[in-house]
Amino acid sequence: MALNREYVGRVFGPTDPYEVSRVKIADFADAIGEQSELCRDREAAQKAGYPDVIAPPTFAMVVTMHSTAQVEADPGLGLDYSMVVHGEQSFSYSRPLHAGDVVAATTTVESIRTLGGMSMLVTSTDISTVDGEHVCTAKCTIVERGQ
Amino acid sequence: MALTYADVEAGSQIPAESYRATRLDLVKYAGASGDFNVIHWNERAARAVGLPDVIAHGMYTMAQVGRYVTEWAGGDPGAITEFGVRFSAMVPVPDDDQGASIEVSGVVAEKLGDNKVAVDLTARADGAKVLTRARAVVRLP
Repeated sequence: MALNREYVGRVFGPTDPYEVSRVKIADFADAIGEQSELCRDREAAQKAGYPDVIAPPTFAMVVTMHSTAQVEADPGLGLDYSMVVHGEQSFSYSRPLHAGDVVAATTTVESIRTLGGMSMLVTSTDISTVDGEHVCTAKCTIVERGQ
Repeated sequence: MALTYADVEAGSQIPAESYRATRLDLVKYAGASGDFNVIHWNERAARAVGLPDVIAHGMYTMAQVGRYVTEWAGGDPGAITEFGVRFSAMVPVPDDDQGASIEVSGVVAEKLGDNKVAVDLTARADGAKVLTRARAVVRLP
């Protein structure tokens, strides 16, 4: 099914505040095999100039997904999530996420394209602290494969 | 000794590393990331939508490349200021103890200002290039 092009330009969010915790950062680091002590040891992170333990760069996807899920699950968009694969992903950071950050994400639908039997949805998600400090912008392309 | 901006030259190769993705890794990644898409852990569901097998989360592969860059840059995951990839092939993960192997290599593409360098990255699984246009910008001491 073709995606609804009327969604281009729509803005979703901001999400409810998400509090980044030390435990979640350590769990994520364990899951991806990241060994850095800066993800686990607060003193080491502070010695390196951070307020607390920092998240690996792709951790931003955890927060991003809370926001893009609102887009993808919107019945009016017409996305068949069972046919979705990830096409492209990029992150641009003002600084790393660290434990204690309370952030919210806002997603803009940038484009919807159809190529052969496939549809491509491009979103841009802005992650900022609840005080308005920009942390990361995540740009995501998902591909809905044809039947 | 930690790598510094002065040490790095455009064109220098970063030694290749190999990373593993087993079914257990994908289950752990699903739990830690919150991405429970069934194609990443349920073979029956993956095949039902025309996939060859359970496939790794693209973000799991991207995370392995993030580790690779972090390690090269001296162990600070916060040194990465830009990171982007295109997922060009799937990484099927068989139901065995070996899983899939992801081979990652990199080359310093250019030295930017402000102690930043751009690194172009390659990731292969089972001979196929699984990422294209993969680049990280890293700030070095």
